[in-house]
Amino acid sequence: MDTLDLRGEVCPYNFVKTKLALEELETGQILEVILDAGEPIQNVPRSVKDDGHKIIEVKKLPDGAFSLKIEKS
Amino acid sequence: MTEVNYALLKKGGFMRQRQKDNFALRLKIIAGRVRADQLPKLAEVAEKYGKGYVHLTTRQGVEIPFIQLKDIDAVKDELAKVGLTPGVCGPRVRTVIACQGDILCPYGLVNVEEIGIKADQRYYGKELPHKFKFAFSGCINSCAKPQENDFGSIGVVEPGWDGANCSQCHLCEGVCSSQAITFDSMERLQYDPAKCNLCGDCIRVCPTDCWKAKQVGHTVFVGGRIGRHPELGRELVVMVDDERLFALMDKTLDFYIKYGNRGERFGSTINRLGWDKFKSEVL
Repeated sequence: MDTLDLRGEVCPYNFVKTKLALEELETGQILEVILDAGEPIQNVPRSVKDDGHKIIEVKKLPDGAFSLKIEKS
Repeated sequence: MTEVNYALLKKGGFMRQRQKDNFALRLKIIAGRVRADQLPKLAEVAEKYGKGYVHLTTRQGVEIPFIQLKDIDAVKDELAKVGLTPGVCGPRVRTVIACQGDILCPYGLVNVEEIGIKADQRYYGKELPHKFKFAFSGCINSCAKPQENDFGSIGVVEPGWDGANCSQCHLCEGVCSSQAITFDSMERLQYDPAKCNLCGDCIRVCPTDCWKAKQVGHTVFVGGRIGRHPELGRELVVMVDDERLFALMDKTLDFYIKYGNRGERFGSTINRLGWDKFKSEVL
């Protein structure tokens, strides 16, 4: 599983990078992205959802960031 | 030479400039929308009668500066061809502003452009004790700055939670900016409606659609203004539907006409008579 660490990345580049990484995957494959709390977590999961992908697991990391596992649609 | 009626010109959107016989023409723009077919005409008039530019106002308006007194009628006729008419200034209902709400904004909860157009049809130019400004925002982000206007609203949504598919991901807790959502030590979700600011972030973020919109509406602010004595509008009522929103606009304007002194902004009228008095008459 690929992991994309987007801590420190601002909107909308964090979403753009997530989108590009998802485009490289086949349907059903999983991508892990790590996002800062605040604006990134408000925007990226929503946009991923809007694009039809499935967020299958979310974990809060010790530094307050979130790890999202996204299944490509 | 005929006497120039500056008051009438001002009422009709022509604002006297410091340069003699020069006027800035304020156009009537609703909710910040100018159609593509109107833009070439704006450019043409600004080139031909003005100084080749337009000024974008702080309230979504368009003005064409340096129109000569002698050209006023010709300018009006030209602009009328594409449905552009002069706006208003002075003691009356001014340009109604609105964001694009749910038409395109990911945060927008309601169609405030439609609300703005309807408010414009009902109230634009209405004579009042002083200027009166409306602004409508589609969500709590308040980009149209409704709290800085005499009457404003923001779109709000009451979220409802059904945990059947909840994956305990904590995203809703993470995005909630008012700490209304928490998980207890047993990993059970707790929602405190008293803390909720009705923004809808939880609904948008939930990967399993456990959060849904229970009710969508408007929260109303009144009495706001900037100017020389800035004051933010006060929250009048939370979560009203479109019909109630317009009923409140009617009652607010009636109250202002009934009690407002000439030259007194609406916020000052409320301050003078008391918030409770205003509330008891409009709610």
